[in-house]
Amino acid sequence: MIARRTAGATRFTAARRRISVGVMLRYVLRRMISLGLSLLVASALIFSVVELVPGDPASFMLGTGAQPETVAALRQQMGLDQPLPLRYAAWVGALLQGDLGQSFTYKTPIGGMILERMQVSLPLALMALTLAAAIAFPVGIYAAARRGKAGDAAVMGGTQLGIALPNFWFAMLLVLLFAVKLRWLPAGGFPGWSQPDAALRSLILPAVALALPQAAILARVLRSALIETQGQDYIRTARAKGLTAGQTLRRHALRNALIPVLTIMGMQFSFLLAGAIIIENVFYLPGLGRLIFQAISQRDLIVVQSAVLVLVAAVIAVTFLVDLAYAAVDPRLRNR
Amino acid sequence: MILGAALAGLALIAAVLSFAWTPHDITQLAIADRLQPPSAAHPFGTDHFGRDILSMVMLGARVSIAVALVAVGIGAGVGVPLGLLAAAHRGGWLDDLVMRGNDLIFAFPSLVIAILITAVFGPSALNAIIAIGIFNIPVFARVTRGGALPIWTLDYIRAAEVSGKGTALISLQHILPNIANLLIVQGTIQFSLGILAEAALSYVGLGAQPPTPSWGRMLAEAQTMVTLAPHVAIIPGLCIVLTVLGLNLLGDGLRDALDPRLKVAR
Repeated sequence: MIARRTAGATRFTAARRRISVGVMLRYVLRRMISLGLSLLVASALIFSVVELVPGDPASFMLGTGAQPETVAALRQQMGLDQPLPLRYAAWVGALLQGDLGQSFTYKTPIGGMILERMQVSLPLALMALTLAAAIAFPVGIYAAARRGKAGDAAVMGGTQLGIALPNFWFAMLLVLLFAVKLRWLPAGGFPGWSQPDAALRSLILPAVALALPQAAILARVLRSALIETQGQDYIRTARAKGLTAGQTLRRHALRNALIPVLTIMGMQFSFLLAGAIIIENVFYLPGLGRLIFQAISQRDLIVVQSAVLVLVAAVIAVTFLVDLAYAAVDPRLRNR
Repeated sequence: MILGAALAGLALIAAVLSFAWTPHDITQLAIADRLQPPSAAHPFGTDHFGRDILSMVMLGARVSIAVALVAVGIGAGVGVPLGLLAAAHRGGWLDDLVMRGNDLIFAFPSLVIAILITAVFGPSALNAIIAIGIFNIPVFARVTRGGALPIWTLDYIRAAEVSGKGTALISLQHILPNIANLLIVQGTIQFSLGILAEAALSYVGLGAQPPTPSWGRMLAEAQTMVTLAPHVAIIPGLCIVLTVLGLNLLGDGLRDALDPRLKVAR
């Protein structure tokens, strides 16, 4: 009797899993279509912003002192003599084949340049995000556990300060203390990954400068998410069955509070990837942000266009992955 | 909240006062007095041209506040009507269009696009305003729509519909006043973010141009002298932190004060 019931239950679970795999697949497919559409619109937008350059891109890139023949030659090289939709199509077509074009200033393929810069930006963003999470989780949990008490108030005050801190100013203060006064860490520059030790050391201060304001935001989100879940009935049930406050927090509340925290972390990762642009400038780090910044000042619009698109694509892709992670964590979201 | 209002008010007073009076004239260079530490004559010291930092900071407050304020105005001016429109046509294609458009702008790394805009159209305070303002639009649209949706289901809205009022009139007369508190709170938050964004843009040289002082550019200029005279870097930074902190505290306080439900929930 019992055996038969178990078999029935297994069959039922298997069937339910099949349905849920189908729902999940449909969800992934739907999200992928919207991902493709977003990328298309994003590329069109970036393309048109660059097109809006006063004058035309060729004369903008060469500056005012350029010979008319030089401008005409560049116009032809960039295909500016062709109609706009055709040029857009050619750009997107090349992008789809992995060809990001060639830098006007350096005459090198942009794909390679971006890949090289990613070797700085990606580790920096990951370090900063890890650091932010490592600070935010204990702090947020602590504040939630002591809600309304002095410890909570102190943490909340501290996070307010963290949010108000411009990261580039904080970076300057860090350099002043740890590089100039204490001489523990380099003030800037990046030796390359051939010296992994020195490379990591040169990323520490930038990562801290990026991480602290993000940690403040994350801690606040975690705290309010925890407080919200702690008001739920299942938490009361957990307490009623004899778990301590700390145990319920770890086993039940934390897991459910992770959803809003994941969203914010996804957004923060894309911010760290793109928003490091200022910090990369403070520390003279050859990252993706600095590439875009340099390309802008060198008026290398081809690099600007492709590099910005890569960044936007990265942001859209991260959002997509976060959405999928959610749907995996919370089945209720799959039908939206 | 009182502390927040005081801090934000201080920045505002400094900015307004700077139109009529600053302790020293900052167009007067006094190289002999350069990089002086804080003293009675120069409470915040002097910079590398011997200019009084207190006066610079006061003038800088003007730029920061003006840029952030107009950017909030752009965001609210476009975003709120869009949000109201989306809420009025909830579930329809118009709603879909507005919300997808929002998602798309959110996907753009705002700082990079702001840098792109100011680079393409030339660095100036005006272009900084536009660049920051554009990214305020989806924020206001989303908050407005989110606040308006539950109100549309209420009985008195149905009563207004029955009495023959159109959606535009209902949105203006009944929805907007009821979400005003949400918008005010969001406004203070975007205002403080605008000040941070302006500082970042002018720090990389894409905001207000010399000789107009701005907090971000003061920091950029101070960077090379930070070892000689730390106060040159510390004071403008503190101004940013305190103003943003003040606005954030004010926003939190306003939210609690305007929404009595939160007092119980917290």
